[in-house]
Amino acid sequence: MTALGKLIRTTAFKLSFAYLVVFALFAFAALGYVAWNAQRLLTDQFNATIEAEIGGLAEQYRLGGLRRLVNIVERRSRAPGALLYLVTTPLGERVAGNVGALPPGAADHPGQFETAYTRTDEADAPPSHALVRVYRLPSGFHLLVGRDMEESARLRDVIRRAFGYSLLFIGVLGCAGGWFITRRVLKRIDDMTETTRTIMAGDLNGRLKVAGTGDELDRLAQNLNQMLDRIGELMHGMREVSDNIAHDLKTPLTRLRNKADEALRLARTPEELKAALEANIEESDNLIRIFNALLMIARLEAGNAREGLSDFDASEAVRDVAELYEALAEEAGVPLKVQVDDDLPVHGSRELLGQAVANLLDNALKYGASGEPEAAARPVSVTAKRAEGEVRIEVSDRGPGIPEAERGHVLERFVRLESARSRPGFGLGLSLAAAVARVHGGTLRLEDNAPGLRAVLALPLAPAIGEA
Amino acid sequence: MRILIIEDDKEAAAYLVKAFREAGHMADHAADGLDGYAMAEGGDYDVLVVDRMLPKLDGLSLIRSLREQKIESPVLILSALGQVDDRVKGLRAGGDDYLPKPYAFSELLARVEVLARRRASVSHAEPTTYRVGDLELDRLSHRVTRSDHEIILQPREFRLLEYLMKNANQVVTRTMLLEHVWDYHFDPQTNVIDVHVSRLRAKIDKGFDKPLIHTIRGAGYMVRVGGETDA
Repeated sequence: MTALGKLIRTTAFKLSFAYLVVFALFAFAALGYVAWNAQRLLTDQFNATIEAEIGGLAEQYRLGGLRRLVNIVERRSRAPGALLYLVTTPLGERVAGNVGALPPGAADHPGQFETAYTRTDEADAPPSHALVRVYRLPSGFHLLVGRDMEESARLRDVIRRAFGYSLLFIGVLGCAGGWFITRRVLKRIDDMTETTRTIMAGDLNGRLKVAGTGDELDRLAQNLNQMLDRIGELMHGMREVSDNIAHDLKTPLTRLRNKADEALRLARTPEELKAALEANIEESDNLIRIFNALLMIARLEAGNAREGLSDFDASEAVRDVAELYEALAEEAGVPLKVQVDDDLPVHGSRELLGQAVANLLDNALKYGASGEPEAAARPVSVTAKRAEGEVRIEVSDRGPGIPEAERGHVLERFVRLESARSRPGFGLGLSLAAAVARVHGGTLRLEDNAPGLRAVLALPLAPAIGEA
Repeated sequence: MRILIIEDDKEAAAYLVKAFREAGHMADHAADGLDGYAMAEGGDYDVLVVDRMLPKLDGLSLIRSLREQKIESPVLILSALGQVDDRVKGLRAGGDDYLPKPYAFSELLARVEVLARRRASVSHAEPTTYRVGDLELDRLSHRVTRSDHEIILQPREFRLLEYLMKNANQVVTRTMLLEHVWDYHFDPQTNVIDVHVSRLRAKIDKGFDKPLIHTIRGAGYMVRVGGETDA
């Protein structure tokens, strides 16, 4: 019962039922029209035949009088498959013809009508129907000519049977077809429901079956599958981020905890405690910094930093940041060469670009040169120029560089090369710069500066400011 | 000064109230946007510290409503959303400063004090000359003198000193300097600001007994006459 109920409630069933009714109505209308026309055609033909016969007989009467008419009627009445003939006196007494019994008084009045009759040669047979026409001869005699309507009745029978069969046919076929289609659709939808249920239960790898017919259910299944793919990607990204965050925050958190613990156990004077607390605060600040950088990368990668972008001159941004780091470079004894061309319009965020360049410079100063005895011989350079329709911002150093195999790798979050482990930093600078490049529709490439590293921030050139 | 903290996290709010009181200020607390609005409208607060996400009435709507009512108390917005566009939205709504969470209290305190002082001095026009001890900075002629000796500064050094002197006797944090002198809001990863300040200090304090630029440990810098310095 529930299965039947479910079947009845489906859209497919309702649709099939509606179509069935509509088709049945159409079939009946068409059949009815045909039947009506056939009947009318037949009747017209009968009329014409009767008319012609009466015309002919009337002519014979005019030529040869009643005698001749009666002779002809007698002769024609005997011919096989003949029309119906009857000649009566003005009082209705039969004179000649092949019509036996007629309803009383039927032949007394001129005109055309249908009537029951029996033939003289088969008086025992049940009366049958005929279309007759009564003509009043000038002498007062009546001439009746008619045609048996048996054919017409047979036609009616045929049509009636056709109606019946077609009704049966449409009904059976419609029900079967509807049931078949409904079952098919229902099964596919049930399958989809089943699959989605297992997916909802946690198996995100499940996918809906695509039948390959390209119909709407297939398209729906394809869309749902694409949606699932996208969700899967996002989930994967989220998991990766949270794994990385967990991993990289755990280390400083543990260090923080251990330091506090150590201070509690070992510190004897208030000064020692104070120093330990200050170290703790510093460590916490580092954590906050890591967290901010992570959130920023996540936001940039999620793509919702696009609002608030505008056209600005990258040359100013690069110069500002270079100026910001000049003092630091000087302190470290590293020559910082800055060569920035004018008028480098970029669509994006001056703030983000500034941060990306700052990160690159920070890296260059940290890994490229500083602290080495021959630092002065290892200049860091910043250039910004137009090239091939892009704005190219390059930060190059003469440090150890990054082996080619590692270059793609270091753009990932938290990756720090083995050789850099001993220096401060969180391994987020390059990935942040790469994320900033992506937001601007550009790329961050790491190239060999032979020796050293050249980081190239390539951003699409915006229409010149003020021109647009 | 009187500070109103509108923050729904009870623990964070209690910490802020306590910390502000320890720093010598009066601090009140409202736990949701509507209470906060009522208190801000009624009381004459020097600074409002408003969390962006608040129950009943969110932070930005609250600020817009206050500004609509011509209540011009300076507002510092606290938000877990630290991105540039969020900052812009916050300032556009009528906020005066924006601090992303998590933050160090020293940073918050420094910013709140700067906002409060700006309010106090809003009636008078900004002076054209800043004076701290024997140090003088003329904002019009861009001349800096100490004990009548002229000190030659680079344009950026001038702006740095100008900002420090404008907020003399108040703590100015590194991020505040980056914001106001370089117009960047990110967190400099290394001691970039320190290097600039120590260069400036070399020009200002070198050869004088009493340093004027002081490092405030764990917070930032301060220009003042006398007092200890951690540097």
